[in-house]
Amino acid sequence: MHPYAKFGILILIIVATLGWLAMEGVSETKTYYKTIEEMSAMGNEAQVKRLRVGGDVEVIERNGQQVKFRMIQKENGKNLTLNVIYNGKDPLPDTFRIGAQCLADGKMGTDGVFQASRIQAKCASKYEAKPGVKPGSSSYAKPTTS
Amino acid sequence: MENIGGLCLILAFCLGVYSVLASVIGAWKQRPFLLVSAQRAVYSVWVLVATASALLVYAIMTDDFSIQYVWAHSNKAMATIYKFTAWWGGQEGSLLFWSFILSSYTAVVVFTTRKKHEYRAMMPWITAVLMFTLVFFLMLVAFVEHPFRILAIGRAATPMDDGRGLDPLLQYWTMVIHPPFLYLGYVGFVVPFAFAMGSLITKQPGDGWIHTTRRWALITWAFQSTGILLGAGWAYAVLGWGGYWGWDPVENASLLPWITATSFLHSVMMQEKKGMMKVWNMVLVSTTFFLCIFGTFLTRSGIVSSVHAFAQSSLGNYFVVFLAVGIGATTWLILNRLPYLKSETQLESVVSRESSFLFNNLILLASCFAILWGTLFPVISEAVTGEKITVDAPYFNRVNIPIGLFLLFLTGVGPLIAWRRSSGDALKRAFLMPTVGAVIFMSVLVSLGIHHVYAVISFGLCFFVTATIGSEFWKGSRSIAAKDNVNLLRGAIELTHRNTRRYGGYIVHMGIVVMFIGFTGSAFNIDRTVEVKVGSTFKLGRYDLKVADMKGGENENYVWNHAIIEARSGNELVATLKPELRKYAVSGSQTSNVAIRRALNEDLYLNFAGMTADSKVILQSYVFPLVSFIWVGYWVLLIGTLICLVPSKIKLQYAKMEVVGIARQPQPVEN
Repeated sequence: MHPYAKFGILILIIVATLGWLAMEGVSETKTYYKTIEEMSAMGNEAQVKRLRVGGDVEVIERNGQQVKFRMIQKENGKNLTLNVIYNGKDPLPDTFRIGAQCLADGKMGTDGVFQASRIQAKCASKYEAKPGVKPGSSSYAKPTTS
Repeated sequence: MENIGGLCLILAFCLGVYSVLASVIGAWKQRPFLLVSAQRAVYSVWVLVATASALLVYAIMTDDFSIQYVWAHSNKAMATIYKFTAWWGGQEGSLLFWSFILSSYTAVVVFTTRKKHEYRAMMPWITAVLMFTLVFFLMLVAFVEHPFRILAIGRAATPMDDGRGLDPLLQYWTMVIHPPFLYLGYVGFVVPFAFAMGSLITKQPGDGWIHTTRRWALITWAFQSTGILLGAGWAYAVLGWGGYWGWDPVENASLLPWITATSFLHSVMMQEKKGMMKVWNMVLVSTTFFLCIFGTFLTRSGIVSSVHAFAQSSLGNYFVVFLAVGIGATTWLILNRLPYLKSETQLESVVSRESSFLFNNLILLASCFAILWGTLFPVISEAVTGEKITVDAPYFNRVNIPIGLFLLFLTGVGPLIAWRRSSGDALKRAFLMPTVGAVIFMSVLVSLGIHHVYAVISFGLCFFVTATIGSEFWKGSRSIAAKDNVNLLRGAIELTHRNTRRYGGYIVHMGIVVMFIGFTGSAFNIDRTVEVKVGSTFKLGRYDLKVADMKGGENENYVWNHAIIEARSGNELVATLKPELRKYAVSGSQTSNVAIRRALNEDLYLNFAGMTADSKVILQSYVFPLVSFIWVGYWVLLIGTLICLVPSKIKLQYAKMEVVGIARQPQPVEN
């Protein structure tokens, strides 16, 4: 057999294996981006699928390892809020604070409180204004998510 | 001052455009005076960009809060070194920083090649490509994200009393140098790309562009490696979660060009020694360049959510246009020049060094593709299904761990396998002992109770690669030591000096092996979160950790509390650690300063997460086995890279000169 043919077969095997691993990886870890409004419309499905929801952090309550907070999202002129409980193992990032923008991964609980297993907060190095926000205005100092 | 700064940027942009046009028209119409003036424009642009940068830094240093950028990224209380870092801390400043580095690189290229006649035909095109890229960034910084905007109410400039400053988390030494190193690496790959394009445009037949740019590629690769490792080190020591890599889109964006650059550094050897993979090298150097631009686009466009991304801005559209034009033109050029890029030799056997290089390249590319796919999955899924779906770290680990292990295997196999074709006997001679040694080593690990499959394989491969590299050094050093009557160490130094590229490369590979030991250690991490009272003890791995005391205090900046933790192993006190919790007065933000007891075998890592209502300390405690090997491996890798840059004592004759009867007829050369 020509060396290129042998080489091609080996590469095919490797690529197929990696493709299979990638497919498995995707199906195991896929998380759906949803807004608070979309999540509300999902009904019971929100309790089954792994979801990622983002917003500004408001009112943090720390009780030992458990952290409760409220997330606010501005959509179509409305302020939508979501109560979140974080029970994850990893320490919360130091950038997680009131006013910070964060992403919470988890599932909606039956009680309407989002059960987050992972919290990401905007990297400290990238706090900037949203386009169009005037410097000096109250919202300017807020970090923005991309 | 802001007017002079702005004027400098606009003039730099105009001169940049002139330089591109003068280079192209001068080369096309054979007008030497235009070529000379284009090169002078390069120096002028550098002076203007450097002046604008100096003005911005001066404004930051002198707390000129009338400038919006200074107000947004600096304040009076910041230490001088952190004020300096505000230059690249924000969108506008970082674009100016990009422009400054690129302008400096371009000036260096033009200056160092001014008397080299072999580049006379290529230089105008190289200058044009470099300046075209620079013009793009100057356009952004001069007209879109201007760093000299002033704060104003109505028409009156409104200086603020103080600025917003830099986040406390970023006031850490690795964060001072992490961005510049990454930028030096990102921007640096423009140079090999420009030489490649110059070579294609002028239909150069050989691999002259590779010889010239190998050092550039190596140095920028070292910058990229350093930048990535500094970021990982910062995340580990500062962020409090104990990790060093989170597979975040922006982290991935920095890794992608590093992977293709690594691939390029390997595959250029095939072109130099065998005249093979010429098209592939063009594709790789172009891909690396465009991935560098893509990384910048990803950080600034908001196309994917990332904790590291800059604010959403309209910059994304400009980058899309630049990438589309650049990729389109490069693809057309490569396709048009295919007749000049034909291989001089063919692959003869799957069991050959050529084949191992090809595998190395394809596997690296597969890793690159898998990471890119995972990073862009939200965009792709939204385009295809209408639903935005993201994938997490387990996806990246699942794909990249086997890839990493296979690459580690090739690291051991590649150097010992013969060019063209390896016989069974030769393979046996080269690999029997390392393979037997690795199998025995893995058996010992399993018998000691290590049953993590990937970890056992990884340690076995680390042993295998160390043995193969060690045997290369051993054989060569022993031969020189015997011949020159010197000791083995002198023999090894002489051996390395005779062929710095080969043996420096082996040392880089050893660095990778050492880093893999560190990565593999994560399979045995131990973590425990506890709520304990002062005076209580809890167990973590082999440690007994006692919360001996709590102390608190405040200064003008923050209120602090730290727990004093005594760590004992057996009856021996091995460390007293003081993880700290700070609450900043102005921002109200809370930060944890982790305490780490570093050792080569394992790190003990404590994070003071808070207090419970009944005054218990919440402590997140971890043992990270072998993590220090990652940082040690980086130093080995850097030393190996520096050795590669040292000229070899003996000028090598490449093997392709000896290959007879296989090469095709050389292609006709057009001038």
